[in-house]
Amino acid sequence: MADLRELYQEVIFDHSKRPRNFHPIVDASRKAQGFNPLCGDKLTVYLKLNGEVIEDVSFEGCGCAISTASASLMTETLKGKTVQEVQHLFEAFHQAVTDDHARAHDELGKLQVLCGVREFPARVKCATLAWHTLQAALKEKQDTVSTE
Amino acid sequence: MKVAETAVLQDAGLERVGAHAWREDFPILRQKVHGRPLVYLDNAASSQKPEAVIDAEDRFYREYNSNVHRGVHTLSQVATDAYEKAREKIRKFINASSSREVIFTRGATEALNLVAQSFGRGRLKPGDEVIVSAMEHHSNIVPWQLVCKQTGAVLKVVPINDAGEFLFEEYLKLLGPRTRIVAVVHVSNALGTINPVKRIIEAAHAHNVPVVVDGAQAVPHVKVDVRELGCDFYAFSGHKIYGPTGIGVLYGREHLLDAMPPYQGGGDMIRTVSFVEGSTWNELPYKFEAGTPHIAGGIGLGVALDYVSAIGIEAIAAHEHDLLEYATGLVSEIPGLKIIGTAREKSGIVSFVMDHVHPHDIGTILDHQGVAIRAGHHCAMPVMDRFHIPGTARASFALYNTREDVDTLVAGIHKVKELFG
Repeated sequence: MADLRELYQEVIFDHSKRPRNFHPIVDASRKAQGFNPLCGDKLTVYLKLNGEVIEDVSFEGCGCAISTASASLMTETLKGKTVQEVQHLFEAFHQAVTDDHARAHDELGKLQVLCGVREFPARVKCATLAWHTLQAALKEKQDTVSTE
Repeated sequence: MKVAETAVLQDAGLERVGAHAWREDFPILRQKVHGRPLVYLDNAASSQKPEAVIDAEDRFYREYNSNVHRGVHTLSQVATDAYEKAREKIRKFINASSSREVIFTRGATEALNLVAQSFGRGRLKPGDEVIVSAMEHHSNIVPWQLVCKQTGAVLKVVPINDAGEFLFEEYLKLLGPRTRIVAVVHVSNALGTINPVKRIIEAAHAHNVPVVVDGAQAVPHVKVDVRELGCDFYAFSGHKIYGPTGIGVLYGREHLLDAMPPYQGGGDMIRTVSFVEGSTWNELPYKFEAGTPHIAGGIGLGVALDYVSAIGIEAIAAHEHDLLEYATGLVSEIPGLKIIGTAREKSGIVSFVMDHVHPHDIGTILDHQGVAIRAGHHCAMPVMDRFHIPGTARASFALYNTREDVDTLVAGIHKVKELFG
């Protein structure tokens, strides 16, 4: 159970059971849908941009504990950041959840609780779904993003 | 042979001893996963292989690997004999009239695509109808969607009830003057439902409509006699019945296969090839077997069927039914858990969802206790939509599973609850 606790930390349960920013944004400037065909996770990410700054970000959908918590933590982290800062964070986050030798990234803050998925290769896609969907929203892709 | 000795243990109590003996034939089951003895309950996705099948494949490559149907040399003759002997074993196993009706394919999926394209495409006209059920695997939906798009035919879907049962009255309403093909699953991989395929076929035949049966999930678990069923086509995969991956079977009535154009062109499927006169086709079943086949796979599948026959499909079905009853009883007592698929006629599949826990999380936590199940939509997204769920966790049984495996599963589910509070 020890390494299961690494994956399912309290913060993750907290965010999966009570996801933050879990609602649509009516006057969103961007939105995109993400889908993981492997497990059926579906979510929509809404963005409200003020120039290059993310004024508001939210999501809705249904998914496993990891994907829901990851989306929730992502929305909390991104508010007020610039698009460039978001890109940087995405790269750092992606590395942290996939690369065993990744150095600790202080800038990730709370997002670091998701690093446990490194030991669960089948679940990396759950942790990154919201982020890939966010990328699609930023790039204004119309098609649903798939993790496959 | 070890199985022959244990197969005779008919008494219910002794049968469980039988399963304990049978599992010894499967070397993969001796390992530990995450430090726990492997409990393999993902048999509906793919079953494990007995030593006899592994040996047969190994022996082919070590002792007589060569191409079939074309060599004058000894190895090619030995390989051809073994491959054709396997075809005959399959014929006998499903009780086809002739081995000309047994076509080797890559699996059930390719077999169904073959029927859709070779049989369906020439037969379907705009406005014609193909009937499938709401519980089909994607492999018995998408090939028909493709051929409908090519021909302008329309796909009609027989609904299912809340238990996951085929609604026969609704089916009868859909059968009509425009119906050209009925394609239906024998046993649902997502729900475990055993469909009344014999009645389904009789009703279709009353309208002169041929019936294609997807038997991928049925052949390993229930007795299949294609002549008794009266089906026109029957598809199944080797790897779900303890055989190799990459090999499967299409059974088809000889007169239908005879009238169908080839599915793929290439070597082995032709009689003559000429730039001047065009090409002519080989006889059945070779007309549908272009290119060098999965020879070791075919031979391995033959041995897998020998293995199953030595135990007896009825003994396997009885054992798996016992596991299903035992698991259903224990699992349905767990608060917050709901079984999806509660048909009266059911094969050894327990699909379930839990309050506040996604199937994917259930799968990860069980895996950590050595329990392999499937989590997701099981290639049956319309079934998930029907029950308004994103997916299920699914435990599926095979001949080597035991009540102890079920106990470990149930203990694992309690761990899930503990972890998720």
